[in-house]
Amino acid sequence: MSGLPRHAVVLAGRGLTKARRNPGLFLDAILPPVVFLLLFVYLFGGAVAGSTRDYLHYVFPGVLVMTAILAGLTSTGLSINLDIKKGVFDRFRSLPIPRSAPLLGAVLGDSVRYAVAVATLFALGLALGFRPSAGLPSALAAAGLAILFGFALSWVNVLIGVVVKEETLVTTVAFLGIFPLAFGTDMVAPADTLPGWLQAWADVNPVTHAMDATSGLLLGGPVRDAVLATLAWSAGFLAVFVPLAVRAYRRRA
Amino acid sequence: MTYAIRTEGLVKRFDDTTALAGVDLGAAPGTVLGVLGPNGAGKTTAVRILATLVRPDGGRALVDGLDVTRDGDAVRRRIGLTGQYASVDEDLTGRENLVLFGRLLDLRRAEARRRADELLARFELTEAAGRRVSTYSGGMRRRLDLAASLVARPRVVFLDEPTTGLDPGKREDVWRMIRSMTADGGTVLLTTQYLEEADALADEISVLDHGTVIAHGTPTELKRIVGGQTLAVRPADPGRLADAAALLERVAGRPPDVAGELLTVAVDGDGVLGAAVPALAAAGIAVTELALRLPSLDEVFFALTGRAGVAA
Ligand SMILES: Nc1ncnc2c1ncn2[C@@H]1O[C@H](COP(=O)(O)OP(=O)(O)O)[C@@H](O)[C@H]1O
Ligand SMILES: [Mg+2]
Repeated sequence: MSGLPRHAVVLAGRGLTKARRNPGLFLDAILPPVVFLLLFVYLFGGAVAGSTRDYLHYVFPGVLVMTAILAGLTSTGLSINLDIKKGVFDRFRSLPIPRSAPLLGAVLGDSVRYAVAVATLFALGLALGFRPSAGLPSALAAAGLAILFGFALSWVNVLIGVVVKEETLVTTVAFLGIFPLAFGTDMVAPADTLPGWLQAWADVNPVTHAMDATSGLLLGGPVRDAVLATLAWSAGFLAVFVPLAVRAYRRRA
Repeated sequence: MTYAIRTEGLVKRFDDTTALAGVDLGAAPGTVLGVLGPNGAGKTTAVRILATLVRPDGGRALVDGLDVTRDGDAVRRRIGLTGQYASVDEDLTGRENLVLFGRLLDLRRAEARRRADELLARFELTEAAGRRVSTYSGGMRRRLDLAASLVARPRVVFLDEPTTGLDPGKREDVWRMIRSMTADGGTVLLTTQYLEEADALADEISVLDHGTVIAHGTPTELKRIVGGQTLAVRPADPGRLADAAALLERVAGRPPDVAGELLTVAVDGDGVLGAAVPALAAAGIAVTELALRLPSLDEVFFALTGRAGVAA
């Protein structure tokens, strides 16, 4: 492996060791999917879909995408922000390694959180009666797609974590940015029940495409366009925000 | 003259603060340069520029003849840094920290482990190697920090206030280890707020104040300017005060001041302490206090600038 990936992988290993020592850090990745699933299914299920079982199948693909988005949102930007302020990042920057390696390492090291959060969601969903009718390979593809999408979006948050000086601001700013994306969709209730302006937004919202794609992959139905749109949006987010974050990181002294 | 570390007219501003206002520093290969100054003098800023962490606004900084802004990568291959604030990872063990830095320096896994164990032994951390750094005492952390800056066998090492915040007793341990760092021919730039520390470790001292070098010289030269050391003796039996005073006058060549039961006398070299101890013993004078004192940083600054209050 050439310099950058190799050093980033070594630094990601550091992140994993730390996470293993501090399993409590996973709590904020695990809690949202659990809370959302239980809340939506038992609170709205009867009213929206008539039965909690039907509603579980309606809402699960959306919660899957949300879980992946929140897993990135609650961690990466904040941990990078904290890390930059600590002396150990100074030492990394005084070593003959690429200057962006610590940033990439931190992001890669956090990626295990997505896997933990998504696995928790599937375990709970299956226990409540969710059945991915499109089959196992297709369900795994849905999980993979959601994680890729969440990872791509997390770079917005990485950028915020690098740029914002005040650590308490990081999560707030990130939430403000992600909120309209994550909730401006037909996740909780069918699009035709939404007010017009929200419907219009939901139609163009990339998160809607991701939810359509996971829904098709989990439950069957047309998937091609939605999957392609999701991949395109993910690539777009990565192409814009990775260079911006790396550049901001290099400049931050 | 060739320098391993050199700055020329170094300038750095932060918003409306001028941290460095044209600083010239130089350290010959294999020597220790002490940068002595109070809080806010600009020591950390100078170290961070030399370690390629911050860009200067003016002037040049060279390490082994390489410009830190133009040849950053080559400079980073030659240096080791121990920052003012702990630059090791608290959540990892001591050994994991050193292995991590070794791996980042492209050592193979086995080689990184071997180097880590070697350094842990040298810095007397072998027993604590498997414990998380968050459980370490202040002195152990500093020692790990020093070890971490040596993983790459750097030719130039920067130590930013390596003993600030340590108990005086622990300070001596760290000094001993810093001395061993230069034993293999490396060049060290060490910043400190203690004249005593610069005197104990440095070959030459630059005194920094408000971003300017206000004095430079060997410890002996500086001590000559600021008045040097005093020998303090407190006899256990107040009845022997006069005997002790006469004895001190004989070994120091001038009469001591008497303050209560404490005798102090200005001395010119370390040799006086060596002469006073056997003389006191031979005269049967027991002492409760016997120390060679350097002027405090306040006194140094007063002597150099004529103003009181170092950080004023
Ligand atoms: N990142 C920074 N932003 C603004 N001011 C700074 C920054 N770093 C240092 N300073 C200021 O520069 C001056 C020198 O600081 P520093 O180099 O840390 O001194 P020392 O290490 O000798 O205590 C101080 O007045 C300090 O407040
Ligand atoms: Mg400092």
